[in-house]
Amino acid sequence: MRNVAIIGTGHSKFGARTDVNLQELAWEAVKQALEEANIDQKEIQYFSVGNAGMWSSENLPAIVVGEYCGLTTKGTMRVEAACASGSAALREAYLAVKSGEVDVAMAIGVEQMHQSPNPNVVEMIGRAGSYFWEFENFGLTFPGYYALYATAYMAKYGLKEEDLGKIAIKAHHYGSLNPYAHFQKEISMEEYMKSKPVAWPLKIYDSSPITDGAAAIILASEDFARKVTDSPVWIVSQGVSSGFANLSRKSDFTTIEAAREAADMAYKKAGINREDSWKVFDVAEVHDCFTIAEIIAYEDLGFARRGEGVNLARENQTYIGGRIPVNVDGGLKAKGHPIGATGVSMAVSLARQLLYRAPNKGMQVEVKNGMALAHNVGGTGHYGYVTIFSTRRPSQ
Amino acid sequence: MAMMSIRDNLQKQINDSIKQLDFLVKQTKMPIIQDKSGNPLWVDVRELDLRYQIPVKKVQKFFNGLKDGKILATKCQKCGTVYFPPQDDCPYCKTSGLEWIELPKEGKLITYTKISVKPPSFSHYQDYIVGIAKLSNGVNVTAWVIGNLEKLTVGVDVKLEVKEREPEGYITYYLELE
Ligand SMILES: [Zn+2]
Repeated sequence: MRNVAIIGTGHSKFGARTDVNLQELAWEAVKQALEEANIDQKEIQYFSVGNAGMWSSENLPAIVVGEYCGLTTKGTMRVEAACASGSAALREAYLAVKSGEVDVAMAIGVEQMHQSPNPNVVEMIGRAGSYFWEFENFGLTFPGYYALYATAYMAKYGLKEEDLGKIAIKAHHYGSLNPYAHFQKEISMEEYMKSKPVAWPLKIYDSSPITDGAAAIILASEDFARKVTDSPVWIVSQGVSSGFANLSRKSDFTTIEAAREAADMAYKKAGINREDSWKVFDVAEVHDCFTIAEIIAYEDLGFARRGEGVNLARENQTYIGGRIPVNVDGGLKAKGHPIGATGVSMAVSLARQLLYRAPNKGMQVEVKNGMALAHNVGGTGHYGYVTIFSTRRPSQ
Repeated sequence: MAMMSIRDNLQKQINDSIKQLDFLVKQTKMPIIQDKSGNPLWVDVRELDLRYQIPVKKVQKFFNGLKDGKILATKCQKCGTVYFPPQDDCPYCKTSGLEWIELPKEGKLITYTKISVKPPSFSHYQDYIVGIAKLSNGVNVTAWVIGNLEKLTVGVDVKLEVKEREPEGYITYYLELE
């Protein structure tokens, strides 16, 4: 198996992007990635498209996006892993290059949720748990699913609403610095505490917004990468796992097993100990679709022991300069969560961090080890993806 | 509110929006509206009313059980695994035609939430509480939590009860606080 390098990244502005359609939105990211890699479409031998869809009109988005972006006559597929569809698309492209099947591949994540009215989107995401036994009969919503985690975590470890507020405030702080973010304003604890309940104990300010956005990554074999760039970012390893559709099949509601397993797999391949993982990474992107998910992620990734993730939030340890900076691009919470784009967006943010190319100085971490981690969860714990990036060439 | 008037209301909203769209097309010769930021949006003129038909033959006994006031799960006679939601195939033993067992009624609430922002298809309900309880035999059940909500907390005792769901009028199950 070969080493795989990121040679180009692209990212659209996230938000209510009603000024463009799905394929036009994808093109913004694809164009940027092609320009960054300084290659043409004809060099791309395969592309995957992360898109969950339902809310947008095109049913076969991979082809539509390929057609608009000039990626015709290349093999493609639309990839679905719920909110981790972007990471799944990245995996597709990564494996295509790693296996030697192709030398250059592109992963595109794109989602346009504003093609449907908000209430319909709430309905469609709610259906994405285990449809019959959770939605049809009991009307669970996406915040509702994560609220079940939050309530259990509160009861077991004494988490307070204010602790979740710290996560929201951090997300909005970094979002305010990120020109690509959906929300670009700070919030106070008072505003957080007063914000409207969505699914107790979660409020509006605990929740990632309904967002449109696109991101793209060009991956290449080591030989090809050496020809086009002096500063490749390598994919060191990736762990992938899956869990239950139906939340009630879980035994512990304070952890996401699929993410935990994915982390263990990625750490094992990279030779990293779970207990020391926070010392290894300069920056991490974790799946904070809701604030509680970020706290659980700290623990599932070994940044904190079980029950102690909340302390990282309380002590501001995940700001730049803390124990480990997390979601310094605003995260899903403030940057936005265009379902199929999120995983690719995480990879773009991290690759740019490692190359000192954060879009704003205030959100640039100090790169000491040249290592970064992305944690992307799909559904209510259905899918777990953990990807490790490095500026140092892996020994394979 | 009766189910029929709820449906009539929903249908009326849909009809009104279609009427508005038809009016717009008549006026402007285009189904294009402006959103909050002034961006032109083409409003789909081909509506799709989705309602799936979900096969329940393999777990029909579950629904028959509900009619008798019982909540049934399946149990693999070979490996002993209890399945809830029920399924008729044990993927581990690769056997089918599992045994049907009645679930115990006693359980403890392990987590819950109160849904305030509701999907449109649940908009005719007051804010509702969804919980997961662990029953005395170790099986978890997700359902609405009803009864004396002053007692609502993680760890509280709940009883699995069969009741009609109004206004739809079909029989389902609840986690009831004493
Ligand atoms: Zn069995």
